Amino acid sequence: MQKQEAEIWQILEMVKDPEIPVLSIIDLGIVRSIKITKPSNNLTGSEVCVAVTPTYSACPAVDMINADIKNALLEAGYKNISIEQVLFPAWTTDWMSASGKEKLKKYGIAAPIGKSCNQTAIEELTVICPQCGSDKTKIISAFGSTACKALFQCNNCLEPFDYFKCH
Amino acid sequence: MTTNEIENPLIKYLLHLADNALIIGHRNSEWCGHGPALEQDIALTNIALDQVGQARNFYQYAASLISDLNGEIITEDSLAYLRDSWDFKNCLLAELPNGDWAQTILKQFIVSVYQYYLYQALAQHENEKLAGIAAKSLKELSYHLRWSSDWVLRLGDGTQESKKRMQDAIAILWSYTKEWTDYVDYELNILGESIIAIQKNCEEKITAVFEEAGLTIPQDIWMHKGGKIGKHTEHLGYILSEMQFLQRAYPNVEW
Repeated sequence: MQKQEAEIWQILEMVKDPEIPVLSIIDLGIVRSIKITKPSNNLTGSEVCVAVTPTYSACPAVDMINADIKNALLEAGYKNISIEQVLFPAWTTDWMSASGKEKLKKYGIAAPIGKSCNQTAIEELTVICPQCGSDKTKIISAFGSTACKALFQCNNCLEPFDYFKCH
Repeated sequence: MTTNEIENPLIKYLLHLADNALIIGHRNSEWCGHGPALEQDIALTNIALDQVGQARNFYQYAASLISDLNGEIITEDSLAYLRDSWDFKNCLLAELPNGDWAQTILKQFIVSVYQYYLYQALAQHENEKLAGIAAKSLKELSYHLRWSSDWVLRLGDGTQESKKRMQDAIAILWSYTKEWTDYVDYELNILGESIIAIQKNCEEKITAVFEEAGLTIPQDIWMHKGGKIGKHTEHLGYILSEMQFLQRAYPNVEW
């Protein structure tokens, strides 16, 4: 049973955030638990429950991620899959993995800075440009192309870039 | 459907929170593609999206409680799309037309202040589910409050024209601000003693921002209320007829 659980964590590593396809849902830290609710020796007999927490209240990716989790597990041979939405405790960027933050940067999105409990105003942060590495950057808007991002611009290379907000 | 006969204070309270979020979210969404600058258009539509998401969480919770109570399946969609205006429990301010940019900003600022300090208190509530939704929403609200406070300052402490617009907005909307802390029975049931701190925090924040912006708060004026118990302005009917048209015309349609 533990083997099955470990295997499911690996399968979910392949499920990506549809908005930021370099990040897996494990990198994001939104998978809260995996439970084999009814164990069985063969996969088709097992019942699996994946607990997922949404990043933002209205993140449009939530429904798609849930569907992708189901599909990934179906493909792996599981038949009885349920997804539970967990709202408490609320998701925080603190749960994002270190490798996830590195992947974000390579993708051109500045990773969240600091812990969510240190509520430094976004305007006062020094955000490093993911393109050229300069710290001479400025905020354009606290609201960006998706709920989780803010829009910045680099004063050095002049390129605009997204910052994944600390949440 | 109607939720008028429901006496359970938690369900009524959840509908009140959800209706506030849905209606102000809908009003904000009307700015989509019409904002004064691209960044502000995006900011306001992001806020709208957060609000509609928060409304969904509250509706889903209410729907599960109502389904348990009545034995018939009620969903978030039936609550949002199939209730009439007397069933809605949002504050009147949320449903008022957007007016100009100053009125939109003032509305959003007042709503953000009340939602922020309310969710701060609710995040500590003994009802874990309610606390969870509030804690999640609070993170989003901190951005809404900051954005709308900045804009009140920018307009109030800006040009002669922007200050005039802001003061005009206050004259138009101020009589709709007291309702937020004029508590009705179902709110008192859920919030208990915490209303004292919420009220104090809200008043302090509004006073501080207005002072910094050089804006004057009207004194001793008539204050509207009624939204929380389903007595609405005519504006809500127009919002609902637009928002609910599809479900009313084509019941159970999905896409």
